Amino acid sequence: MEILIPILVLGLVGLFFGLGLGIASKKLHVFVDPKISRIQETLPGANCGACGFPGCGGFAKAAAEGKAAANACTPGGEKIAHAVADIMGVSASVSDPLMAVVHCKGGQKEALERSIYDGIKDCHAAILIGNGSKVCLDGCLGLGSCVKACLFDALSVNENDVAVVNPEKCSGCGKCVTACPRNIISIIPQVHKIFLACSNHDKGAKIKKYCSVGCTACTLCIKATPSGTITIEKNLPVLDYSKDENFITANAKCPSKCFVDLVKARPRANIDTKCVGCGECVKLCPIAGTIKGEQDKRHVIDKDKCIGCGICLNACSKRAIALWGGLGYESVENNSRLRNT
Amino acid sequence: MNSFMSIVQIALAAVLIQNFVLARFLGLCPFFGVSKKLSSATGMGMAVVFVMTIASMFTWVVERYILVPFDIRYLEIIVFILIIASLVQLLELIMRKFTPSLYESLGIYLPLISTNCALFAVVIINTGTNQFTGRPFTFIESTINGTASGIGFLIALVLMAGIREKLELADVPKTLDGLPIAFISAGLMALAFLGFSGLSFFAASGGQ
Repeated sequence: MEILIPILVLGLVGLFFGLGLGIASKKLHVFVDPKISRIQETLPGANCGACGFPGCGGFAKAAAEGKAAANACTPGGEKIAHAVADIMGVSASVSDPLMAVVHCKGGQKEALERSIYDGIKDCHAAILIGNGSKVCLDGCLGLGSCVKACLFDALSVNENDVAVVNPEKCSGCGKCVTACPRNIISIIPQVHKIFLACSNHDKGAKIKKYCSVGCTACTLCIKATPSGTITIEKNLPVLDYSKDENFITANAKCPSKCFVDLVKARPRANIDTKCVGCGECVKLCPIAGTIKGEQDKRHVIDKDKCIGCGICLNACSKRAIALWGGLGYESVENNSRLRNT
Repeated sequence: MNSFMSIVQIALAAVLIQNFVLARFLGLCPFFGVSKKLSSATGMGMAVVFVMTIASMFTWVVERYILVPFDIRYLEIIVFILIIASLVQLLELIMRKFTPSLYESLGIYLPLISTNCALFAVVIINTGTNQFTGRPFTFIESTINGTASGIGFLIALVLMAGIREKLELADVPKTLDGLPIAFISAGLMALAFLGFSGLSFFAASGGQ
């Protein structure tokens, strides 16, 4: 008999609250557009804000109301743009995937320091005290403000104290671009693997004194790129990524090595037996002495000198030249073929 | 006057002398989990103040008019779990309907609180005797105790978040980076809060 009272009390209290909640959920029901939650489920959930809305929830709401374009989610790329467009019943045009690049490669080895910075490990703090420790006022400080800003774990400071982007993880959201106090990070299309790793607008002679990989604005890269996609602005080449140009020759010709090529090993050209020895390729090859051979006899390519630019491919009327090999990205971590060996 | 003094004592004791996090060591999970950013710490703290106040009110009524008359006080924990869980649910529904902005800002923290041990502690303490008057808690006293305990939790959380935001930029040794240094700072904070026990003259004058 004694056990009945607690059972009854507990049961009645539970029933009371259960009924109360049941009635309340009916009475206080708030209609939420089911599209919002469906869109939100497809989003990456990083809340990076690259779409211009406060977080993924904000974008989902705006997209469901038709206020945001379906392809506004940069990290999501093609897949999520199509998924959002499907939910909304519209079609999405998708631009090329983007990635961030750091326009500086002058680390401890290359760039001269003028002081020792021992303060807070933050680029903004270092800028406030004497504008950083490097002589170069446009160089990467290597304190990792961009690393902290990155929501995708794509940035790191390498052993040379320069920030580098892992293109496999980068979504191109642009958080690091605004986080960098030096303004040396920019967003480029992922299909381009070569970019200029210098942001210094000083004159060449001055730069040579404090950075061995600084751009001296020698214009050799412009001469090496016949398509005219490189222009000089304020002593610094500007690469036009909207045109069809791979910048391989510009990279190869740069005397200061201020370009970065994300591809570890470019494919090399090879001439097969169809070659009649016309010599057209020799005239076009940007690296002198790469293609050798006597007139009217099969030519050979020096594999150590070839940069894999592919210019000779179009020069050959017999279609005797092909590009062989290639290994992909520069970092071992991202290269499955290197990783497996 | 006497009841007013006891309310002041309860409030001061709950906020400073017997701070839930730094003196009683309750609710440590959200204390470390949600103290990384000042904004989220404030949101969590406000939600705790809110829920603690309302839970104190409801559980006091249930304790006094249901559990004590039927002599089943041994059921108080399970009944309180039931009450608090449904209360938080109900609050969520009401806020979503009438104050969507508040609902958005409290967000995920509201349902998280329903299993907070500090919350259970405060309602259990409310069933005991008031250490200042020697009598059981009255309705107003238990409500004040709930609010003040919540405020104490809010203060501890906001202080911790401020310290951790500063620590982000500090040059912490690698072995201590992250949670370890947060534990150490929490320990030092608790030591500092121990100093508030000197305020106990309040209890001495009012308790007699």
